[in-house]
Amino acid sequence: MKTFWLLVRAGFRRHSTYRLALLAGMTTNSVFGFIRASILLAALASAGTAIGGYDAPTTIAFVWWGQALLGTVNLWGFAEVKDRVRTGDIAVDFLRPVDPQIAYLAHDLGRAGINLIGRGLPALLLGALLFDMAWPPSAVSWVAGAVSILLAVVVAFSGSFVINLLAFWLVEIRGITLLWMITGGLLCGLYLPVPWFPDWLRTIANWSPFPSMLQNPIDILAGRVVGDDIASAVGVQVFWAVALLALGQVVLRAGRRRLEVQGG
Amino acid sequence: MADRTLSRRLRPYRVLLASRARAQMQYRASFVTDILGTVGVGLAEFAEVWVIFHNVDVLGGLDFTAALLVFALSNLSFSLADMFVGHLDQLPSYIRAGQVDAFYVRPLPLLAQLMTSDLSLRRVGRLSVALVALGVALTTADIAWSPATVTLIVLTVVSGTAIFSALFTAAGGLQFFLVDGAEFTNAFTYGGSYAAQQSQQVFPDPLRIFWTFVVPTAFVAYIPAVAILGLDDPLAPTWLAWLTPVAGLLAWGIAATCWRLGTRHYQGAGG
Repeated sequence: MKTFWLLVRAGFRRHSTYRLALLAGMTTNSVFGFIRASILLAALASAGTAIGGYDAPTTIAFVWWGQALLGTVNLWGFAEVKDRVRTGDIAVDFLRPVDPQIAYLAHDLGRAGINLIGRGLPALLLGALLFDMAWPPSAVSWVAGAVSILLAVVVAFSGSFVINLLAFWLVEIRGITLLWMITGGLLCGLYLPVPWFPDWLRTIANWSPFPSMLQNPIDILAGRVVGDDIASAVGVQVFWAVALLALGQVVLRAGRRRLEVQGG
Repeated sequence: MADRTLSRRLRPYRVLLASRARAQMQYRASFVTDILGTVGVGLAEFAEVWVIFHNVDVLGGLDFTAALLVFALSNLSFSLADMFVGHLDQLPSYIRAGQVDAFYVRPLPLLAQLMTSDLSLRRVGRLSVALVALGVALTTADIAWSPATVTLIVLTVVSGTAIFSALFTAAGGLQFFLVDGAEFTNAFTYGGSYAAQQSQQVFPDPLRIFWTFVVPTAFVAYIPAVAILGLDDPLAPTWLAWLTPVAGLLAWGIAATCWRLGTRHYQGAGG
């Protein structure tokens, strides 16, 4: 546990070195926030009522929490593990006394932490200053929201980790990564809230792990999901986190048996 | 005579581009996957428009067909620009790795080399989504066809591509200063593309002014679409649509300045 915590802090420090990159990310997230907020408010004005349980202040919260969490949750996935599998460096990871999945998860949690503080929260505050935004309605929502963000980071990490491990069997996983990014981007609730989807698309989204990466924490923090529904939203996330981490372990073990590293 | 010298001067670029194109098609399966990938990107962008119109009939004064036309025009221009110069995005990694110096020692202009350093053929996927959308929008919309309409559409696609290319080039010039902060420029390249796809009526006035006069992406699709469809928006009169090439020229003026400043600032990787 102590090692895990040290690795989290190392990830945090590693990514906090690039301050200009954090500021740049925050600026870009904010510009997209302005555009998306304008579009969704126009849609609400045109509909005349709330859409899918989102009225104007909660929609604003949807947009800015989404932009704030975009850098925190690794929605687009990462390529580091894939590259290490391809070059054979993953063998070094296997030799270490910490399980590779746990080590990379710790690093990703550190990365998420600095991105939330250095990049996400400033964008959120900017949005809150310039728009009429709904805050989490109660202390329960704040706490559950924080837990939900943590789970979202874990779900996104463990999903992308499995995809990365496919490099044990495939020469080039770019196509699969791309497919993951496109479906994920659409179904996680970054562009539009999942409740706005037509029924069939919403059904697909709800059966996939993607809403657990963004829509669920946003729903809780925006106050669209309250009371007992919070428990089920978090429960779904716990399910996906455990399922994908377990799947990652299975795939990692299979890959380890397959791995052949040349050279002395 | 003049023709011949011109064609001789362009020959290295032709050879370069042809080799890039051939190289990409060597790995057939990978190439096809990449194209399918950009088709997916195009479809995902379209899904966003479509889901909104699943909930409302009119967005920012446009009905679905009009919004589709705006979507198609902006995506068409963006994917063309992305195909030709989108890889200027790679500049920060070239700068960091010291590879820019290698371009400097070759006997061709730096920008021209970087532009021809890649030709992202995979982007035809997104391009084809935009073309289908354009076809559907133009056939279903109620358009009073005339030679002027056709001219305007062609002019819009050419100028729109010029505007997005200018944004990528300006971003490239700024990379020499930013390096680690490369993502700053995404705000107006990819952000500009996102803004260009929208009815400009959704924006509050300050943002609308920004996307018209500072980063002129309103000219890429919305202003011409209003003129093509004969819609009524007091802030986008028909004559303004004919100024799209002017916006393209101004954007290129700024892009050239940014590029010049950037390359002047660059001191080399040392060593």
